[in-house]
Amino acid sequence: MTEIWHGLLKAIELIISLDPEVMEIAGRSLRISLTSAFLASLLCIPLASLIHFHQFRGKRILISLIQTFFSLPTVAVGLFVFVLFSRAGPLGGLGLMFTPVVMVLGQMLLITPILLGLTIAALSGVDQMVLDTARSLGASGFQMALAVLREARFAVMAAVIMGFGRAISELGIAIMVGGNIRGFTRVITTAISLETSKGDLELSIALGIILIAIALVINIILNRIQQR
Amino acid sequence: MSWHFGRGPWGKLAHFLLALLVLSGLVNGALGCTSSTGASPLPPQPRLRVATTTSLYDTGLWGYLEPMFEERYDVELDVMYAGTGKALEYGRRGDVDVITVHAKAREDEFIAEGYGIERVPFAYNYFLIVGPPADPAGIKGLSPEEAFRRLMETGKGSFISRGDDSGTHSKEKRIWEKAGYDYEVVRNAGAWYIEAGRGMGPTLMMASEKRAYTLTDIGTYLAYKGKLELAPLVDKGELLLNVYSAIAVNPEKVPGAKLDLARKLIDFLTSPEIQELIGSYGVEEYGMPLFIPCAGAAPE
Repeated sequence: MTEIWHGLLKAIELIISLDPEVMEIAGRSLRISLTSAFLASLLCIPLASLIHFHQFRGKRILISLIQTFFSLPTVAVGLFVFVLFSRAGPLGGLGLMFTPVVMVLGQMLLITPILLGLTIAALSGVDQMVLDTARSLGASGFQMALAVLREARFAVMAAVIMGFGRAISELGIAIMVGGNIRGFTRVITTAISLETSKGDLELSIALGIILIAIALVINIILNRIQQR
Repeated sequence: MSWHFGRGPWGKLAHFLLALLVLSGLVNGALGCTSSTGASPLPPQPRLRVATTTSLYDTGLWGYLEPMFEERYDVELDVMYAGTGKALEYGRRGDVDVITVHAKAREDEFIAEGYGIERVPFAYNYFLIVGPPADPAGIKGLSPEEAFRRLMETGKGSFISRGDDSGTHSKEKRIWEKAGYDYEVVRNAGAWYIEAGRGMGPTLMMASEKRAYTLTDIGTYLAYKGKLELAPLVDKGELLLNVYSAIAVNPEKVPGAKLDLARKLIDFLTSPEIQELIGSYGVEEYGMPLFIPCAGAAPE
């Protein structure tokens, strides 16, 4: 138990002293996961709207499938992306293996089902009245979709925050396709894994606390925007 | 109902996404000022990739040598740690340019298949069998084969195997074989035989927690010694020799492998100056060297 206390003290010490290596790792974690969350949102919010506002055969099955993929194991995504981007794989020619770019792609893949599923759920939660009103005012399909999205915005933002949270906290993809290269692809979770295996539990705990602190700051910022 | 950024409730969602973008941009600007940390897919400096066995990484040797090589040749050296099996697989798939591993038979196979150019030994040390200081199975001072036989026959005390197809795991299998057992029989011999499936450091930690025996390279053991309640019990026998070698990946078999840079790294490792540094690495901290340099004259 003393490790946890020491870990907490160490976390505070590392944050206050702006330890360059820790700051660099934390910055990289943030950068990679914010990028994945942003790109995945750009992709998923319109796609989820398309799915929600269209009636087609197999829609329920598709939604069940999307929800099933909430449980996607990160190592499975890591393995899939590895096989795809490894030099011997179909996209190996791009030379992206063991770079931050491929980590972003992997994290996007991981959080896409969450963003899609939760955005669809958010849109489904909007009162039918909104749609009817928009229609009676002569809105086009696109305008109706925007009206509903606007009503659902809080739940959609929650979906994005959830996606970001899953991205920054995952280990499987980061370690498998990033390779935990010092100064290049090392992020907080892979650093925790390495330090724990080295037996430096205090530093590991400190890094874990820093990850939570970062998530807290990001959430405060995003919440302020939400509530303005 | 047109798209107005920042006006009306709709703008909030846009704002929110914009904030995400700005945040990631800010972080990029504030912290990504060096090329080596940037998220750009193609940093200006050439990169050389090495997959190394965990013992050369966990002991800190690569962390010590990496900046020297980077500075001298103006390249970014990406060091990935993995067991020998995985490191060789990275090489076969073309994901790394050089491997530094320690399992001679498998290295020879890698080269025979055409994936590697040449096996260049650059350092060695010895394996140890470590275990709880009380030594319930009584293996202290035995030969490695005898010690393994004793573990199998007495059933006193657990043994933790790396179980990860690493160089150390290969060595362990070889000792079982020399002791006269079929490895599959050993694996299924009972609850005392535990397969960890992890690197050397975590395996040592696990052995310490479980008061079990394990086979380890001396370098990792010394580096972790302070955190362990394990004593070295078996340290004699030529079977315990542990040679580390570097192999450049052959671009004729694996297109894209950077042979020129790989050769530079191997020349670097075997240069007299670096050999001396390898030989003195850890002396100050652990009272003895972790590795013995052996460029050009590998013990067999």
